[in-house]
Amino acid sequence: MATVRLAPVLRSSVGGSKQVSAEGSNLNEVLADLYKRYPALKEQIQPEGGLSRFVNVYINDQDVRYLQGLETNVGPTDTIQLLPAMAGGQK
Amino acid sequence: MGDASREIMRRARQQIPEWTPSQVQDVLAQKKADSSDQEVVVVDVREKHEWNEGYIPGAIHVPRGFLELQIEEAVPDKSKTVVLYCAGGVRSLIAGTTLKQMGYQNAISMSGGFGQWKANGYAFVQPRLMSEAQAKRYSRHMLVPEVGEQGQFKLLDSRVLLIGAGGLGSPAAYYLAAAGVGTIGIIDADVVEESNLQRQIIHNTKRLGQYKAESARETIEALNPDVKVITYIERLDESNVADIIADYDVIVDGTDNFPTRYLLNDAAIIANKPVVHGSVFRFEGQLTVFKPHEGPCYRCLYPEPPPIALAPSCAEAGVLGVLPGIIGLLQATETIKLLLGIGEPLVGRLMTYDALAGEFNELRLFRDPECPACGEHAHPENLPTYADVCAI
Repeated sequence: MATVRLAPVLRSSVGGSKQVSAEGSNLNEVLADLYKRYPALKEQIQPEGGLSRFVNVYINDQDVRYLQGLETNVGPTDTIQLLPAMAGGQK
Repeated sequence: MGDASREIMRRARQQIPEWTPSQVQDVLAQKKADSSDQEVVVVDVREKHEWNEGYIPGAIHVPRGFLELQIEEAVPDKSKTVVLYCAGGVRSLIAGTTLKQMGYQNAISMSGGFGQWKANGYAFVQPRLMSEAQAKRYSRHMLVPEVGEQGQFKLLDSRVLLIGAGGLGSPAAYYLAAAGVGTIGIIDADVVEESNLQRQIIHNTKRLGQYKAESARETIEALNPDVKVITYIERLDESNVADIIADYDVIVDGTDNFPTRYLLNDAAIIANKPVVHGSVFRFEGQLTVFKPHEGPCYRCLYPEPPPIALAPSCAEAGVLGVLPGIIGLLQATETIKLLLGIGEPLVGRLMTYDALAGEFNELRLFRDPECPACGEHAHPENLPTYADVCAI
């Protein structure tokens, strides 16, 4: 099972966990497995079919947009990181 | 001069040829005329305080006391003609014998020294000097070879713009001012509120209700009188962004909203200014450097902001007070690296910090060749900046 690390803004969708495990041989399958258990996450990462343009997905620190996107292979020891844009600074 | 001294001088004269200042001047003029000839090096062996009063243009300063230790680094090629000079031509003659012992084949002493050079009316350079107060204030920088006196002058001549004097801007501005960045611009239209003081350390309780930019100016001026603070009590928008950023070398992005980030990104690409980007959320922060055309830009990273429904309300998100301190200081550090041209700036790398785990991580970022702001067919001047999701 691959490890999925979530940026702080996504954690409320998975009950507050910082990282969860998910099954699948490519990114598409891993995300589908995640959405099955945490439906709220889908809305934040993939509201439409493709990967959202405001979330970056990294596999082992590499941006999947420059790998094979949703088709990128995922091994059991891989770490996936979900990183949406943060509004950022502080008033 | 005693007998022994005279004897030393007599022997030195037998070994070391002497050139008059006018001969040296002719050789240097000739060297300047055919710029390919780099065979003559002029070395000033006087003390620092003498050098400070002026030196021959192009000369290298190696005080006689450090000659044996430093000359091989300063002039590695021992076949070069090395013209040594001091104030009157005595110390340089003795220095010549030292060089000869060390294997320099063409050491020459300039007779009459710098005194005669000046008396002949030849050109000299007055080095830039730090005041005594500055030399003391920045003494710990001077001891770092990567900064040193020249680096400190660079910082004093530098101009940094801070977007926001809030959680990130406060510590960044404070330390950049301490470091002696000569001009600090601060754009912020907000006033100091009580809820800011848990992290925005450049303000204080007495400043409640005051404009943040003005409050920051007061703190900086009390810390370091070398720093000129320029305040902009306004919001960055399409009408002012190009004019404001034009005057600065580096921009520190501590904004609290997406529209400003996109606006700043596009304007910085057009003006070719590096942006040191930071953001924080609860216990986590991230930073990177967007250097136009050398690494990705903000739109390469996030082509679009999240929809309003998914973006957390900025005011409600909360943050551990020290967290923007850490990220803001990392931004200040990256800024100084960029200004001095040292180290490996975080270009194309996103550093993340998780305070609870006590972990730093790094992600590689890539330029998007199709990026509408910095890609091959980009038009950064004509892109949407989106609605302010945080303002809603």
